[in-house]
Amino acid sequence: MNRTVLDLWVGVFVAVGIAAVLFLALKVGNLASANIGETYRLQANFDNIGGLKPRAPVKSSGVVVGRVTEITFDSSLYVAVVKMDVDKRYSFPRDTFANILTSGLLGEQYIGLEVGGDTEMLKAGDTIAKTQSAVVLEKLISQFMFNKAAESPQAPAQ
Amino acid sequence: MTRILRAIGARTVDGIWRMGFAARFFAAILMRSGTSFARFQLTIREIFSTGVLSLIIILVSGFFVGLVLGLQGYETLQRYGSSDALGILVALSLVRELGPVVAGLLFASRAGSALTAEIGLMKTTEQLKAMDMMAVDPIARVVAPRFWGGVISMPLLAALFSTMGVFGAWFIGVVFIGVDDGAFWSQMQASVDFRYDIVNGVIKSVVFGFAVALIAVFEGYDSAPTAEGVSRAITRTVVNSALAILALDFVLTSFMFRGNG
Repeated sequence: MNRTVLDLWVGVFVAVGIAAVLFLALKVGNLASANIGETYRLQANFDNIGGLKPRAPVKSSGVVVGRVTEITFDSSLYVAVVKMDVDKRYSFPRDTFANILTSGLLGEQYIGLEVGGDTEMLKAGDTIAKTQSAVVLEKLISQFMFNKAAESPQAPAQ
Repeated sequence: MTRILRAIGARTVDGIWRMGFAARFFAAILMRSGTSFARFQLTIREIFSTGVLSLIIILVSGFFVGLVLGLQGYETLQRYGSSDALGILVALSLVRELGPVVAGLLFASRAGSALTAEIGLMKTTEQLKAMDMMAVDPIARVVAPRFWGGVISMPLLAALFSTMGVFGAWFIGVVFIGVDDGAFWSQMQASVDFRYDIVNGVIKSVVFGFAVALIAVFEGYDSAPTAEGVSRAITRTVVNSALAILALDFVLTSFMFRGNG
């Protein structure tokens, strides 16, 4: 079998095609940056998760340390159970605080871990005890409105 | 009245007949594709004519689709003050949808029609029969290499299309309009997931490759052996491929992206 110019062109085509896939994977996608290797599973119960979705990032000090893997509803405690995979390289104290935060005004929601001062660390399968629910905009507005409504009749009396 | 009913009935029966024949034909191609890998030179020649020769149209249209997406996306996003999200918009729409679909449509009209014409003409000039006479299996020798050439070319072309589109959007957004370069790439990387978005896009393009290549070789093989028959077969290839791509795209999308993105 002898080599031909045709083979060269096909070789170039295939190489360029594979380079395009690599470009998409590395430069457009986040294969290189957010590829978390070994992880351990943590769990946290929230009263209200707002718009948190599976695959949402788990951040500590703004650095992505893990991802949300599963969100379920516990019908005995009436809370949302959020399971997350956290990178093995990072360990957090037992009294770490888990908040649901929003990046920017309209951005996606993520879990922020605020580190406590306990000397014991969270192990795989542990549940984070201290959590704070997502801020629901409607509740915030209605609270504000009720406060205003409660204030306003007193104002003329003063 | 009966004539209309009869015509509808004949059409339906004919359609089902062809569908069954196409399925049998697909099985025959798969069974006899040993030759196209044992004598890979045959397949390489087909990759050249379907893939390499389609490069220009794929690259140029990918670039222009990227330019348009960049302009339109910027126009809409800057109303909400989030023109930094241009990268996300462009990358997600290209990788998930536009890349595989538009590349598939272009591939069907550029390469699929050529495949149909070639095989149809071979049938018209009785080259396929002549091969049969010489105990050369035309499906193994002619059809299968063309089919696999198309299947291999299509995902590569779709990836190139998406890449050129992203580059085109970068060109118009960052170079001309002045969106921040860092924000463009970092926001894109933050929200385009490798497995969820890119792998699913590649799977889509592979499926489209199978569909278009099968339709093209089948229509050629099944064409009426006349000049008119070949021309009608080519028309059917382009129309059916386009319909198949769009319908399959809907089915695949509803499987892959079930609203939890």
